[in-house]
Amino acid sequence: MSSLLRLATAGSVDDGKSTLVGRLLYDTKSVLADQLDAVTRASVDRGLSTPDLSLLVDGLRSEREQGITIDVAYRYFATPRRSFVLADTPGHVQYTRNTVTGASTAQLAVLLVDARNGVVEQTRRHAAVLALLGVPRLVLAVNKIDLVDYDEATFAVIANEFATHATSLGYAEGEVLSIPVSALQGDNVAVKSERTPWYAGPTLLEHLEEVPVAPDPHDAAFRFPVQYVIRPRTPEYPDYRGYAGQIASGSVRPGDEVVVLPHGLRSRVAAIDTADGPLAEAGSGTSVTLLLEDDLDISRGDLIAIADRPPRVTDELTAVLCWLSGKPLSPGARVLVKHGTRTVQALVDEIGSRFDEQTLTTVDSPGTLALNDIGTVSLRLAEELPVDDYGDSPRTGAFLVIDPKDGDTLAAGLIGERFA
Amino acid sequence: MTTLEPATDAAQDNLAALESEAIHIFREVAGEFDRPVILFSGGKDSTLLLHLAIKAFWPAPVPFPLLHVDTGHNFDEVIAFRDEVVRRHGLRLVVANVQDWIDDGRLVERPDGTRNPLQTQPLLDTISEHRFDAVFGGGRRDEERARAKERIFSLRNSFGQWEPRRQRPELWNLYNGRHRPGEQVRVFPLSNWTEADVWHYIAREGVDLPSIYYAHQRKVYERDGMLLTEGPWGGPRAGEDVRELTVRYRTVGDGSCTGAIESSASTVDEVIAEVLASRLTERGATRADDRLSEAAMEDRKREGYF
Repeated sequence: MSSLLRLATAGSVDDGKSTLVGRLLYDTKSVLADQLDAVTRASVDRGLSTPDLSLLVDGLRSEREQGITIDVAYRYFATPRRSFVLADTPGHVQYTRNTVTGASTAQLAVLLVDARNGVVEQTRRHAAVLALLGVPRLVLAVNKIDLVDYDEATFAVIANEFATHATSLGYAEGEVLSIPVSALQGDNVAVKSERTPWYAGPTLLEHLEEVPVAPDPHDAAFRFPVQYVIRPRTPEYPDYRGYAGQIASGSVRPGDEVVVLPHGLRSRVAAIDTADGPLAEAGSGTSVTLLLEDDLDISRGDLIAIADRPPRVTDELTAVLCWLSGKPLSPGARVLVKHGTRTVQALVDEIGSRFDEQTLTTVDSPGTLALNDIGTVSLRLAEELPVDDYGDSPRTGAFLVIDPKDGDTLAAGLIGERFA
Repeated sequence: MTTLEPATDAAQDNLAALESEAIHIFREVAGEFDRPVILFSGGKDSTLLLHLAIKAFWPAPVPFPLLHVDTGHNFDEVIAFRDEVVRRHGLRLVVANVQDWIDDGRLVERPDGTRNPLQTQPLLDTISEHRFDAVFGGGRRDEERARAKERIFSLRNSFGQWEPRRQRPELWNLYNGRHRPGEQVRVFPLSNWTEADVWHYIAREGVDLPSIYYAHQRKVYERDGMLLTEGPWGGPRAGEDVRELTVRYRTVGDGSCTGAIESSASTVDEVIAEVLASRLTERGATRADDRLSEAAMEDRKREGYF
C-alpha cells in the first residue's frame, strides 16, 4: 500500500468543506496547540461558544470575513498508517477552476453535499470535472446529517442518486462511496457515530487510510520531456552533455534505444546520472539527467521516448478543454499551448461540442466556450508536438492553454476525444 | 500544519518524491526565465533550497546568484555561515542592507524596533534594480495558513504584490511562468515540504546548518513570552533580566523577533526527536511578527514580502 494519498475536496458553497477539513486536521491531532489557541481566540471574538474549525483553514482575510473559501489551499496531515496531501478547493461557481487545479493531481476526491439539499448542480458539475480529469476514486460526504436528524432514508436517496450519476460518468461501483457525516459534530469523520447505527461502512478517515491507490501502470511507455541541457564546461567535466528532466511515464535503463522527438533522431541511453551518482534504472516521477551514446543536437522542449513505442507527432490536436478564464474562447483565437517543456503557438480551428454536465450530453457547435465550460476543440499548431492521449498517459496527454497577450492560463487541455 | 512522524521507509520514499519535485521546479525556472535569483538568509529552509539547487544542476554550477536582505539584526553565526557557504560553492551573493534604506531615509525605523517588516522595500527595490524575473523562496505551505494558499509559481504584479484572488490555476506539473515586463514570479520549490520533511532530509543528506539550530549556552531575556538574545535591536530593557540558558533556535530570522527555545538537542537526531514531540508550530513558538494580527502573514505577502 502506498504511504501517501493525494486527495482533493470539492463541493458547493456553504456545505461545510472547511469545517470538514478542519475536523480532519483536528481529529488526526494535526493541529498544534498554538494554532488551536489562535482559532479559539478568534472564535470567541466572533461570539462563538465553541472553536470554529473552519478558521483553521480559511487563511485569507476576506475568507474569514465572508465565511467562505476563495482559493485552493494545500494541507498536510498524517496518521500512523498514511500521509495525506489535501487540496482544499472552493465551491463557488466562479472558482470551479480551482477545483480543476486541486483535482489535476488527486488520487481521490471528497465531494461534499449538504444533507438538506442533496445532489445539486454544482455536485454534478464537479463530479463530471473529476471524471474528466481521471481522478480514480470519489467519496461523497453527505454532510450536516445532524440537521436531518440522522435520517437513514434521506441519506439513502442522496447516496443512490450520486451512485447513478457517478456510474453514468464511467465510475465502477467500487470506486465510489457515500458516507453520512457531520463535520461540525464529528460524526463518522474520524470517529464512528452512534447516531447513525444504520450505516455499516467506514468513517471517512478509515476509508482514506485504507483505499488502494492505483499505481502508475507498470507497462507505461517511457517519456522524458527535456527540461534543460547540463553542460558544465569545467576543467573536471569538459565534455559533459546531459539532458535534465523528470520522467513523465514509464522507466528507463542504460542501453535502451530511444528516439528524440519531434525530429526523430535515434540513440541509446549511455547513463542515468544524478548528483548522488549513476542509476541502473529510473522510474516515473524521478528527476534525472540522461546521457546518450551519440552527440545529438537536443534542447529544452524535445521529448526523449522509448524507440519502439513512440508518441505520435502531430501539428493538429483534438482535445477537451476545461475553460478556466472569464475571457470566452471563439474559433479563430490565437493561443499558446504549453505541453511538457515546449510552448507553441496555436490557432483554434473549431469548437466541436460542449459538454453539458447536467444532462451528461453534448451540445454540437456551441459557438464559444465560457468560464467553467468543458468542450472539444480542434487546434492547429505552429510546430509539431509529440503527444499521447490523456487516457493513456496523463503527463504527455495534458497541456495548458495560455493567453499570449498577458500570459494568463486560460484552460486545462486533455488530448483525445473524451466526450465526442 | 502537521503532525511529525518518525522517518520510515515510506517517509524516505516521500523525501525522494519531494526532492524530485523540487529539482524539476529549479530546472523549469532555469529553462524559462532570464534572470532568476535565490533568496538566501542562511536559515534551514534557504540552506535546503540551495542544497537542492546544487543537486539540480550538478555537475554544472548553480546558474543563479543568491540574494540576502540583511536587516542588520542578524545573528553573527548565521552571517558567518552565509559567507562560508557562498565561498565554498563559488556563488555570487547580492546583499540588500536594510540599514542603507534607513540611512538615506527611504525607510523609517519602527517604534517597536523590529526590522522584519522593513525587509519588503529593500527586497522589491533590489529585485527591480537587478531586473530579477524569478525569485526562489524557501516558503512552505505548512508554515502558516496564508502560505497554504500559495502557488508554486506565484505571479507578482509590477509592485511586487500578491493577489490571492487572481492566482493562476496550477495544473499537473505544468508551471506557467509567463509574465510581462516589470512583473516577477516568486517560486517555492519547498511548497509541499513540512517541517518534519525538512529535518529528515537534512539528516539524510548531512546538510550543514548554522550552529544556533543546535543547543548552546546563551544569555537571554524574556519578552512577551519569548527568549530573546542581547543585540543591537534594543534589548534587554530595564526590568528584563538576563539569564544564561541552554537554548537553540527553530527558525532563524531578525534577532528582534526570533526567539530561542530551551533545549538540549545538540545533534540532528535529537532535534528531530524534539520537533516530533513539540505541541507548538515553529512560527508559533518563536516568531513574534506572526502574532501581530490574525492576518499578519497575508498582509505582509500582499505588500511583497515572502
